[in-house]
Amino acid sequence: MTQQPIFIIDHPQPGFLVVNLGGAWTLHTSPPEPTELLTALNDTVRSLAFASQHLEDWDTRLLIFLRTVISAAREQHIEVNLTGLPPGAQRLLALAEAVPEKTTYSKTARESFVTRIGRLAIVLFAQIQEVTAFTGEIILEFLTLIAGKSPFRARDFFFFVQACGAESLPIVSLIAVLVGVILSFVGAVQLQMFGAQIYVANLVGLGMVLEMGALMSGVIVAGRIGAAYAAQLGTMQVNEEIDALRTIGISPVGFLVLPRMLALMLMLPLLCIYADIMGILGGSVIGVTMLDLSLVEYLEQTRKTLHLSQCGQGLLKSSVFGVLIGYAGCLRGMQCGRSALAVGEATTSAVVTSIVLIVVSDSIITFIINR
Amino acid sequence: MTATAPAITIKDLTMAYGSFVLQHDLNFSIAKNDIFVIMGGNGCGKSTLLRHMLGLKPPAKGSIWYGEESFWELPDEDRARILRKTGILYQTGALWSSMTLAENVALPLLHYTDLSPEVIRELVAFKLSLVGLAGFEEFYPAELSGGMRKRASLARAIALDPEILFFDEPSAGLDPISARILDELILELRESLGATLVVVTHDLASIYTIATNSVFLDGDSKTMLATGDPKTLLRECTDTTVLNFLTRGTGEREVRTV
Repeated sequence: MTQQPIFIIDHPQPGFLVVNLGGAWTLHTSPPEPTELLTALNDTVRSLAFASQHLEDWDTRLLIFLRTVISAAREQHIEVNLTGLPPGAQRLLALAEAVPEKTTYSKTARESFVTRIGRLAIVLFAQIQEVTAFTGEIILEFLTLIAGKSPFRARDFFFFVQACGAESLPIVSLIAVLVGVILSFVGAVQLQMFGAQIYVANLVGLGMVLEMGALMSGVIVAGRIGAAYAAQLGTMQVNEEIDALRTIGISPVGFLVLPRMLALMLMLPLLCIYADIMGILGGSVIGVTMLDLSLVEYLEQTRKTLHLSQCGQGLLKSSVFGVLIGYAGCLRGMQCGRSALAVGEATTSAVVTSIVLIVVSDSIITFIINR
Repeated sequence: MTATAPAITIKDLTMAYGSFVLQHDLNFSIAKNDIFVIMGGNGCGKSTLLRHMLGLKPPAKGSIWYGEESFWELPDEDRARILRKTGILYQTGALWSSMTLAENVALPLLHYTDLSPEVIRELVAFKLSLVGLAGFEEFYPAELSGGMRKRASLARAIALDPEILFFDEPSAGLDPISARILDELILELRESLGATLVVVTHDLASIYTIATNSVFLDGDSKTMLATGDPKTLLRECTDTTVLNFLTRGTGEREVRTV
């Protein structure tokens, strides 16, 4: 059984103060507060010493107690004698004081409101410059590619085509079918009241082709591919792979960004068409099973509703989304800092930026076309 | 260009991140065929200096001369032309992770030469055998150990037979034996390629083994404190900071060969 940690203040002669430490002073016992001792350190005391014969055990808990006491004593110009402490504790206290506390840089200094606005403006300006330079480089590299002088590797391009296209099919199928089912379900409840079940086909067909096919495939690809691009390029930034390309004179934009962006721009419209078809099929399942429509009837109604121009509208949107997702993913990857944390931030930021851009551009395009 | 012109000259260089000055008033030159070591403690700006020399970041003030051309005053194409004559071994290796070793070494060759695929294949196999990695052509960087990755990166750095080779902390993360093997490889390459080598390091064992000249950058006074052969510096330098660094703080003026 360990003894409770205690201290007893002793005055062997006037002006001298001895602190007798006893018991176990560890992180697992609860040592007393030094208040009593601090009040005892008044003007009459000239010298402070310690005695530790009854100290059973100690660790850093004792040291922080001593540090408080010692610094208080020094403030009052009381002479402190450490020789009564265990030798290990004496050495640790000396070590902690060996390097004085750093005071030159203070990170807590608050800047004024105006300074912060100024800083923000500088950062914003630098970011605009960065984004403009990146856009310019993409365009220049695209021109070099057309001229046939780019370091572009066809193998990389087809690798990304496969990753964006074929490998996205399962998840796009699932989501598009379910969105079709949801649309027709929502529509069916209302339209059945008028006996106009057949118009569920119009609702699902138009909804998918004009909006949901492009939007859903865009969001899936932003999560699957945009994030992957940012993480890949960010990791390459961390590993100095991008510096290595630059120093041998190969543009990282031409070599890494272009194949990724082009693959995405090519595959997203195709995925959108695929999602449209899947959504219409999903809608027809509800039409056939719940609304007593025949499959032929449903599909014929869909065919009558849809015009090529409407499919074009969806395709236009998904082409724009493709550019935006590829751009956001690659930009965030190339801007990435040199740490694991920065790669995570780049990835998150790529997905968030992509989805925001998708929704904003979608509303702009819809507004312009239907004005 | 005269035959005696130094390979690289640093004139009145100041390095800074924003208003935070890393180093100021650096002046030194790197002679041809030297193994020049840039040494100094952590965070004193060694790697940043390298980034300035490699065209990755423009310096805050001053100039860097390659032969008789002021590097940062040249247009982009001329800078690229100078960099084509250099090779770099990055601290982490920086092999392109999506490509095999053969493709890594071949990329600079494909980009800058019109050699046929067979010749390139032979060149790649030869460079890989120089660094002791013959037969590893089809491996991806992730499948290799740290030491092998460093050596593969060296093979890529010497792909175009560079005139100047840069090394960023070549022995970082290597065990003593692998570090020693890499040092010997560096010495061997200097003999056989006749290249100028610029090595950024704080590994004393390798400093004494390879360096023929050096500069010491100090992080506290933010400038260079000494330049010369580190072995001579160890015997003759009077500056306590430099001496502390060169002796690991012991003050013994004797080279300890590992």
